[in-house]
Amino acid sequence: MNQLAIPIKQLEANDLERITKKQKRIKMFKGFTFLAPSVLLFSLFLFYPLGRTIYLSLFLTNSSGMPTVFVGLENYQNIFSSPIFLKSLQSTFLFVLYTVPGAILVSLFLAIVANEKLKGIGFFRTMYASTMGISTAAASVFWLFLFHPTIGWLNQLLNAFGSAPIGWLTDPEWALISVAISTIWMNIGFTFLVLLGGLQSIDHYLYESADIDGAGYLYQLRRITLPMLSPTLFFVITVTFINAFQTFGQIDMLTRGGPQNETYLMVYSIYQEAFMNYQFGTASAQAIILFVLILVLTVIQFKLGERKVHYQ
Amino acid sequence: MTVPLHHKVVFYTLLTLSALLVFAPTFIAFMMSFMSNQEIMTGQIIPRSLTFDNYVQVFQRFPLVQYLLNSLIVSLLIMIGQLAISSLAAYAFVFINFKGRDLIFFIFIATMMVPFEASIIPNFHTIRDLNWIDSYPGLSVPFFAMAFGTFLLRQHFKQIPKELKEASEISGIGDFKFYLTVVLPVAKSSLVTLGVYGFLTSWNMYLWPLLATTDDRFRTVQIGLRQLQTQEQLNEWGVIMAGAVIVVIPTLVLLFIGQKKLQQGLTEGALK
Repeated sequence: MNQLAIPIKQLEANDLERITKKQKRIKMFKGFTFLAPSVLLFSLFLFYPLGRTIYLSLFLTNSSGMPTVFVGLENYQNIFSSPIFLKSLQSTFLFVLYTVPGAILVSLFLAIVANEKLKGIGFFRTMYASTMGISTAAASVFWLFLFHPTIGWLNQLLNAFGSAPIGWLTDPEWALISVAISTIWMNIGFTFLVLLGGLQSIDHYLYESADIDGAGYLYQLRRITLPMLSPTLFFVITVTFINAFQTFGQIDMLTRGGPQNETYLMVYSIYQEAFMNYQFGTASAQAIILFVLILVLTVIQFKLGERKVHYQ
Repeated sequence: MTVPLHHKVVFYTLLTLSALLVFAPTFIAFMMSFMSNQEIMTGQIIPRSLTFDNYVQVFQRFPLVQYLLNSLIVSLLIMIGQLAISSLAAYAFVFINFKGRDLIFFIFIATMMVPFEASIIPNFHTIRDLNWIDSYPGLSVPFFAMAFGTFLLRQHFKQIPKELKEASEISGIGDFKFYLTVVLPVAKSSLVTLGVYGFLTSWNMYLWPLLATTDDRFRTVQIGLRQLQTQEQLNEWGVIMAGAVIVVIPTLVLLFIGQKKLQQGLTEGALK
């Protein structure tokens, strides 16, 4: 009996190893099966096109987008010596500078006042969140009217106060600011909702003990609310930032890049170059610049965020 | 603890003023869609009599029903595609422990760094070569895979007790069955959140439908609105606003219903 038992035990040990190996393989197979659709789609519609864009940016192309002549970095040299592209870069940065702080400050204010426990607060929250449900195209139509030189409300208001009318979308001094104002309005809904959620997840206990210590409203706002909100604020800033760089719809609807290229933002420029002028090489070079800009600025934000953001 | 009266007065004033400012553009558009052209030109605020003329006009002159139908189909396709594909991926990240998982997770994070605009030119060529211009797949399939959705669902799947998975393994329930019969029903509320978010963003998409459609049979409602705005004489504001109002009503209703859930979901996505 004893002599027989030993080989059986050895057999079991071998089997066990084989079985665990087999199980590992099965798990790997299963894991990849569940992830396959995502990986496949990301490869086809994100990573391949990104690589292809880099490749195209080194070529001249024909009108159907096939590369014809290899030109190395010439496309990049060309765009960086093109006054229109440099202007476009400048406008894009200015636009980001207007819209990001604008949207964040307005939504932060709205989220703070809407975080009070008052009767009917739900109604106000719905009002503030409403712009999230309004598409870029529809919002542009709304603002196109408000900006209208004669019957638009903004100039009617100015008129009522006795001021001269402004060419909101036609005056080169104002066009970018006007588009920025409408963009801030479009962004409010989303940033407000996220910030309100952030405020509501702050522990009430903190406020209660501050109340007992006799700390005033503004002191609590500065010392409790803002530090505790910083992770959410950081997320919202990053998202608005990237969105501002990707602005397209409102430009296409409101100004078409004009007047005098003042609102010729980067994505609009890429669109024009590629799909109106069929210069896919230059357009690809611009797209890569956009990608690098967003990448670098996001990394910088994360590095700064790591230090400044207070995590619970 | 009661809120002091002067505090209340200050907050109600701020709340009301802000609500008036934020909602004004939408309110004005709604009002205008019921006004005659004459009333608009003379600067009325509230229409003297409600006229549905603008709505009748916009449906008569534009294939708005077709646009709405296209938007609905495309948004539903994207929503369902995103839910299915993100939840499968999130399941693998939470319940299947395998070699290479961390690497794939890193790839998912990396996708968030690539703006769609940076890859839009080759994507356009891909869709064209697949003969997917002017088709529902061309409008929807590129948006099925979604890192944000995967991360959001991963957070929720993580809250499902591991013991449940172990118990199901012992009773011989396979991964796919466990995913379908246990994980998805338990995570229903986060799926709804993601669904609402996906539907809203797809309905409002602008640049891609502009490139991927050339034909009224497949144009989405946003591009329809662009057509409306460029083709109408600019003095027909009532008709244009009626079009815009029809475009925003579905998303506004969805937002009002799903606002609470959306807010919770987005905040969790932001914090973790």
